[in-house]
Amino acid sequence: MEVKELTCVICPLGCRAKVYVEGGRAVGWEHLECKAGEEYVKREVERPLRDFFTVVRVKGGGVLPVRSTGPIPKERLKEAVKELAAVEVEGPVRMGEVVVKNLLGLGVDVVATWELE
Amino acid sequence: MRVEGEVELVVVGGGAAGLAAALKAREEGIEEIWVLDRNERPGGILPQCIHTGFGLHYFGENLTGPEYIHRFIRRAREEGITIKLETMVLRLTKEREVVAVNPSEGLLKLKAGAVILAMGCRERPRGSLLIPGGRPAGIFTAGTAQRLLDLEGYLPGREVVILGSGDVGLIMARRFAMEGVEVKAVVELMPYPGGLGRNVVQCLEDFGIPLLLRRTVTHIHGRERVEAVTVAEVDGEGNPIPGTERKIPCDTLVLSVGLIPENELSEGAGIELDERTGGPFVDEFMRTSLEGFFACGNVVTVFDLVDHVTLTGERAGKSASQYLKGELPPPRRVREVRPGENVRLVVPQRVSGEGPVTFYLRVSRPLREARVEVGGKSFFRKAVRPPEMLTVELGKEEVGGLGGEIPVRVLGKPLG
Repeated sequence: MEVKELTCVICPLGCRAKVYVEGGRAVGWEHLECKAGEEYVKREVERPLRDFFTVVRVKGGGVLPVRSTGPIPKERLKEAVKELAAVEVEGPVRMGEVVVKNLLGLGVDVVATWELE
Repeated sequence: MRVEGEVELVVVGGGAAGLAAALKAREEGIEEIWVLDRNERPGGILPQCIHTGFGLHYFGENLTGPEYIHRFIRRAREEGITIKLETMVLRLTKEREVVAVNPSEGLLKLKAGAVILAMGCRERPRGSLLIPGGRPAGIFTAGTAQRLLDLEGYLPGREVVILGSGDVGLIMARRFAMEGVEVKAVVELMPYPGGLGRNVVQCLEDFGIPLLLRRTVTHIHGRERVEAVTVAEVDGEGNPIPGTERKIPCDTLVLSVGLIPENELSEGAGIELDERTGGPFVDEFMRTSLEGFFACGNVVTVFDLVDHVTLTGERAGKSASQYLKGELPPPRRVREVRPGENVRLVVPQRVSGEGPVTFYLRVSRPLREARVEVGGKSFFRKAVRPPEMLTVELGKEEVGGLGGEIPVRVLGKPLG
């Protein structure tokens, strides 16, 4: 069994939890003060998700901000950044326009968060 | 060319606060609204805040900065609000004269019916820290680094040390790490991080970036370019402890050491400023000490959520409109809000008692099982921390019943 220290981010209390992990699952925890915190550490241990956002190059100079339409597994963030580093867009691009479809096969798209004339 | 004329409502600053104020004023039926902004695009700082987390309160959606502000910019365009870009306001007078300048029209001299101050805040620069060392390239404020990286598309450095763990610094640590920059450390003078817990986890812990608490940068090394910084432990007063110095090689130092409301124009007009917030004294209508001048957003006090900036903008926009229509209740019985135990600042600082009041306050120390007391009314909070602004609402009747002074204090147990 592995023991992980996690900070809960659900509320300003910020409990420093001790989480017991076995086979990639949270099987026990200490120093958590509420149910929402328990759900949080379970998710964090089993499948931590993060919002993904970066900028892509614009043909002729400059960058355009983009984001994923949903959160992706934490450990794939850097891979996602690499994927987007190879992308170059050309105007016009509308707000919310898909820049990369089905990012890394994760079932989310990457869309523009600004417009380009 | 020299433009002279009368404008019903002038909004100084076209960021989140200014745009919300202008839109609310339009909704209230004000026809002539000019938003003056010195930048080449509207939106203030938000277009470069490409991360998510904006709008959770206001829209009930998790948006990026550009997405959040785009909604307001689009609406402002649809509503035909005049946004004058690259327009620098040089002076405001108490007679509500607005002197501004821009490259296409030259000097603008306007007489405004009402003025809304929405200039936002700016970053504390290196000069205010008195860090010894040369003046090499590679020292940036966090906002400048963000602008270079996310607006202009340049990487400011390869090996970075960040001084200050406020939210902007934490967010930049993550952005750097994601783009393959090595973030050697985030250095924080205080015994606790300056930013939100969520950001400490998702911006530092996720990327294995060390957070060095109770430490500061005591020297910047390098002639042409930053080559290293010296970091030392500090004592209870924040003074470096001799013998604890450690040299960290890096090519870039990013400063995230605080934001200051930008009030040179307010001061020039003779508006009273609060030393605690660095912004104008306001009442619940976002009315300043000077008739016809209203203020909102980070020019009043530095908020941690743009959603609150927007709400204060709307309040100022509504009040300015009521003022222009002669419908704003005059301040009849002004009560001073008195920050007491564990209250670093509170806004509004004055209450006229003509309507409900939303108080925004910041504590000086972290506490658990906290009781926020406003004029004898008590509000429970599980925990309070200095980086997280507290919001407390009092109804019109509750406010009406308060005495000549409204004491505010926050009590509770110590939180580690």
